Amino acid sequence: MDSFASFTDSTALDIATVLTLIGLVAASIRLYLGPSRSDRVVSLDLITVLLIAISSLAALRFDNAAFLDLGLTLALVGFLATVAFARYLESNPVDRTPPDDANDRSDA
Amino acid sequence: MNEPVIGILIVLGGLFSAVAGIGVLRLPDVLVRMHASTKAGTLGVGLIVLGTAFHFDGPLAVAKALLIVLFLLLTAPVGAHLIGRAAYRSGTPLWDGTVIDERERMRSGALPDERQPSSDDPNDQSGGIQ
Repeated sequence: MDSFASFTDSTALDIATVLTLIGLVAASIRLYLGPSRSDRVVSLDLITVLLIAISSLAALRFDNAAFLDLGLTLALVGFLATVAFARYLESNPVDRTPPDDANDRSDA
Repeated sequence: MNEPVIGILIVLGGLFSAVAGIGVLRLPDVLVRMHASTKAGTLGVGLIVLGTAFHFDGPLAVAKALLIVLFLLLTAPVGAHLIGRAAYRSGTPLWDGTVIDERERMRSGALPDERQPSSDDPNDQSGGIQ
């Protein structure tokens, strides 16, 4: 792996890291803004997926394959978290519009 | 030797990741935001992890990277389907520009709805346009 050691400080790695961080910041802003719980679940899902990318880029940057284990674990846990959040959303429909008032769905 | 391939893959993946984040931030509606989060996010992260697989020599690291990609491709549609169904059923407001909401039209066929004066015509495709 010594022949690839120069890759750990390449420009492409910096560009990819910055772009992924832009995606993470945007998803975090959406997580903060909401407005509904479903939006927050979607942005949390995206944040988990982007953290896999960050750990993979860390494996490149530090030339250490152990960060891939982190990514694999995040993929597994993130899927379980998504399923759990979806079940929670469906079992607690707090912001459900009542059936008689179903014509007022447009105030997004 | 592999460095141009890795560079192209991870920069492309970073571009898709940034597009996914910006899409989740800017798009108008939960169901529309899920397009950005699921498709662009999975593609971006898949490209980045694939680029990482080109970097390492050992078969174990390559297998881990490919396993991450495989697992993402398997679980992203399932998770998106679950979130989308839960978001719709929990009554999250849809975007104003939503063209058709078939479940809503079925419901408004049973209940008279003032917003859609043409909803008694079941062939009217423009029922949901506001």
